[in-house]
Amino acid sequence: MIAYVIRRILYAIPILLGVNVITFVLFFVVNSPDDMARLHLGTKHVTPAAIEKWKSERGYDKPLLWNTAREGADRLTDTIFYRNTVRLFLFDFGQSDSGRDIGYDISQRMWPSLAITLPVFLVGLLLTISFALAIAFFRGTYIDTWAVVLCVAMMSISGLFYIIGGQYLIGKLLRLVPISGFESGLVAAKFVILPVIVGVVGGLGHGTRWYRTIFLEEINRDYVRTARAKGLAEKAVLYGHVLRNAMIPILTGVVVVLPTLFLGSLITEAFFGIPGLGSYTIEAIQSQDFAIVRAMVFLGSVLYIVGLILTDISYTLVDPRVRLD
Amino acid sequence: MTARPHATTRDAPSRRPSSCSWSCPAAAFLAVVTLLVAGCSDEPWNSPYPSSDRDRAIHYDSFSERPKHLDPVSSYSENEAKFNGQIYEPVVQYHFLKRPYQLVPLTAGHLPEPVYYDAAGAELPDDAPREQVAEAVYRITLKPGILYQPHAAFARREDGSYRYHDLGPADLEERATLADFPEQGTRELVAADYVYQIKRLVHPRLHSPIAGLMSKYIKGLGEFGERLRAAEAGNRGYIDLRKYEFPGARVIDEHTYEIRITEKYPQFRFWLAMSFFAPVPWEADVFYAQPGMKERNISLDWYPVGTGPYMLTENNPNRRMVLERNPNFRGEPYPAEGMPGDAEAGLLADAGREMPFIDVAYYSLEKEPIPEWSKFLQGYYDVSSVLADSFDQAIQFNAQGEAQLTETMADKGIELITAVTASISYMGFNMLDPVIGGDSERARLLRRAISIAVDYEELISIFANGRGVPAQGPIPPGIFGHVEGADGINPYVYEWRNGRAVRRSLAEARELMRDAGYPDGRDATTGEQLTLYFETVSAGPGSKSLLNWYRKQFEKLGIQLVIRATDYNRFQEKVRKGTAQIFGWGWNADYPDPENFLFLLYGPNGKAEFHGENAVNYANARFDELFVQMRSMADGPARQALIDEMVAILRRDAPWLWGFHPTAYTLFHSWYGNAKPNLMARNTLKYKTIDPRLRATLRQRWNQPVVWPIVLLVVALGVSGIPAWRTYRKRQQAAVR
Repeated sequence: MIAYVIRRILYAIPILLGVNVITFVLFFVVNSPDDMARLHLGTKHVTPAAIEKWKSERGYDKPLLWNTAREGADRLTDTIFYRNTVRLFLFDFGQSDSGRDIGYDISQRMWPSLAITLPVFLVGLLLTISFALAIAFFRGTYIDTWAVVLCVAMMSISGLFYIIGGQYLIGKLLRLVPISGFESGLVAAKFVILPVIVGVVGGLGHGTRWYRTIFLEEINRDYVRTARAKGLAEKAVLYGHVLRNAMIPILTGVVVVLPTLFLGSLITEAFFGIPGLGSYTIEAIQSQDFAIVRAMVFLGSVLYIVGLILTDISYTLVDPRVRLD
Repeated sequence: MTARPHATTRDAPSRRPSSCSWSCPAAAFLAVVTLLVAGCSDEPWNSPYPSSDRDRAIHYDSFSERPKHLDPVSSYSENEAKFNGQIYEPVVQYHFLKRPYQLVPLTAGHLPEPVYYDAAGAELPDDAPREQVAEAVYRITLKPGILYQPHAAFARREDGSYRYHDLGPADLEERATLADFPEQGTRELVAADYVYQIKRLVHPRLHSPIAGLMSKYIKGLGEFGERLRAAEAGNRGYIDLRKYEFPGARVIDEHTYEIRITEKYPQFRFWLAMSFFAPVPWEADVFYAQPGMKERNISLDWYPVGTGPYMLTENNPNRRMVLERNPNFRGEPYPAEGMPGDAEAGLLADAGREMPFIDVAYYSLEKEPIPEWSKFLQGYYDVSSVLADSFDQAIQFNAQGEAQLTETMADKGIELITAVTASISYMGFNMLDPVIGGDSERARLLRRAISIAVDYEELISIFANGRGVPAQGPIPPGIFGHVEGADGINPYVYEWRNGRAVRRSLAEARELMRDAGYPDGRDATTGEQLTLYFETVSAGPGSKSLLNWYRKQFEKLGIQLVIRATDYNRFQEKVRKGTAQIFGWGWNADYPDPENFLFLLYGPNGKAEFHGENAVNYANARFDELFVQMRSMADGPARQALIDEMVAILRRDAPWLWGFHPTAYTLFHSWYGNAKPNLMARNTLKYKTIDPRLRATLRQRWNQPVVWPIVLLVVALGVSGIPAWRTYRKRQQAAVR
């Protein structure tokens, strides 16, 4: 398995390089270094000399990908792309275009993100699997029919609606929790509960319907019929056999998102005033801070690859037949 | 002076967060904890603030965008001035109550007045013509005894050496924020601090947006910048600006300094009121320039050091910024004079009392307007602007067309203040364009026809909820040079009827089109329909109705308007290069002087050729000549006469479609006092008062939790589970058939 993991990590290098190139090209197609300088320096009284100075200090005065003014390897290395990319692979995110230490900011902002995404993930998973099993139990009845209708309705509603609706209903009309804001420590619970409820409810329809499909597929298998024929109670059949055998598809969707929980949610964080990594990324895009955008895309890619590797490893844990060679 | 800390500047949590923070299974107990937290507190359940703050004079406000710069040399935005204005003290400030805006001393002992000299060094009278003036000298004397806020940069050891000026890598290992430097000190404000800051404008590693502009005026500043760059090339550490002298700013004695300007430029006094000319102590620069500080985000851009009534004690712009009373602040009396009506409005009730009145100001990050508005209505913010989405909920217009609060707002005791801003939103015609631009009579008539057809009264009514005043020229109301009434209208677009300005008829506009050679919008020679191009920043579906409206305005004249929506960068590039034909643009005043608006049309400020602020690249020899004269004159009839002539030229040439001056609407609660709008001053927090008891009472009344729907939901879920349970039992007990 170790050889497999090492191989996967090596595969990740060209993928990350590709992601970097694409991010780089897309960013600089839309924003030139001059645009970035103007956005940072403001719109009033900005002189061409000030723009050149800003670019020079941050290395944005160099060619993007290929430096024809240089010789040999310097043609490649004395470019904006090379200077910014190599450090990333050492997880040195450097400084943002406004001069902040990106690594420090990430280490600070991932905790508020986790404060939302982790409870949403855990509570949501628990509820959706429980509901899906219950609906699978009542398959073919009116309960199943109405549950599916409800799930389809819930998954058809925009996530933004849940956020605004949740803030309006729970925060404004019922006045049970603050509408937005964040604090650290235990007091955070008061601020986190509304985004968590909204996150869980918003994902309930889609998740329940997805797991219901998985469970129904398993329920019709021969081993389930055999278990019933043995006289096992339906509860034992569902939890003891169906759930365990449905773990592979469940893990496929679940483990891969685990590492990306650190990255937070873009919209939720903006609406609830959560100082997490989701809003960090949005702010960076709005302020054309390439250093942060590049770091966050790189981090997202790394975490996604880690998630995929963890998924593969988890298969071996739930299904002894799977071997990673 | 060295003192133990009164307060420390906190940052985001520690650099190395504890491993438990959020990954513990605490999430499972969130609901329980919330109920406990809420249940144990006197505050309403939905209060975002601790109950211990309930009876304190705390001001609650919000901000939507993180301030980019708090270093006064770089800071230029409104959202930065909100904080810096309370921390840094320039030598002069705007009077809080008097209008038109006037400067009064802040740290200066008297209002700085320039003394003019000719080329031979002889003193000239105040009204000397600008051609004779070779130098203007501002000699400024500071009030003695002004102290800086407590700060680590001033902390000293017993032997008098600075405690934190020689830190090595080991000393910084466990320090992540300014709060990790426990010892603090202070010292008296001296003239050298102001001179030091003027030198910082051209510091090789700092970016001051006004460096280029000021190099034109302050004697030798540009050369000084070059000298610094050459002398300090390769130096990445502290640059001791005290070692370098330059003729434009020099210290006379401990409390006196002078600034030398290379021409007669009376507007310079307004620049002195901005944070660019606030004092920066050299100790702060030494402290922040030490190796390892920047890597830890400890910089003047993050932790300002000032003498003002407040100091920034928490800087976490991702969540909250906190200003607390500066314990070393000398105190300042509330103004005793105001405008007629101020006394009746209670704005002079605090006359002579020592400011500031508020102890702490919390600014919370609110990225979205909906939660911000809801929290204002719940009493958790003291003030709010009026959002487009909630305008109808807050404002209604009476029969006279005046804005007033809706009954719901009035019942809550909320109050409204409005003020026409010192800004303009206009449509620019690129004067370099061969069709719409230029000095030909044909293009001029075309621009005038469009000026009549585009009905800005309608635009203000539909798209700005009535929040604006149609512009008659570039100078907004409240700024010297603006003329009200019949004499102040743009005669090419309006006529004066029944005591008010009425837009000229479309028939007149069509006639102008015919005279211009475009009858019914078609070129008289080719017969082709006139097509014009409007450049705009794409703002998504929300802007579609406005863009359609523009199209329809041009259609009135038979002109086809093609909308070219693009991203902000491309839009700016087109304007910069002079390739945009028609575009929307705006300007907010830096200071209350007509020069700050008329310079936007001064030929040598053309954007395409000279990288200036004249976005339409307008050039008129007579206008430019008058501008140069007007710029150096004192306010008075002679200056007004020049301005009138300049505005008449602009109205005739119509390089802008004058657009409108937006009106700011601000709502505030009944517990918030001295809320008079001052569009120029940025240091207004010290004048404000709070009645915390009234606020606590009203908050409690407005935020009683409503629990019954939750109980009902639980019961409904329980009841709906009964048939499911019965089905389950039935299925479990069913026999195999």
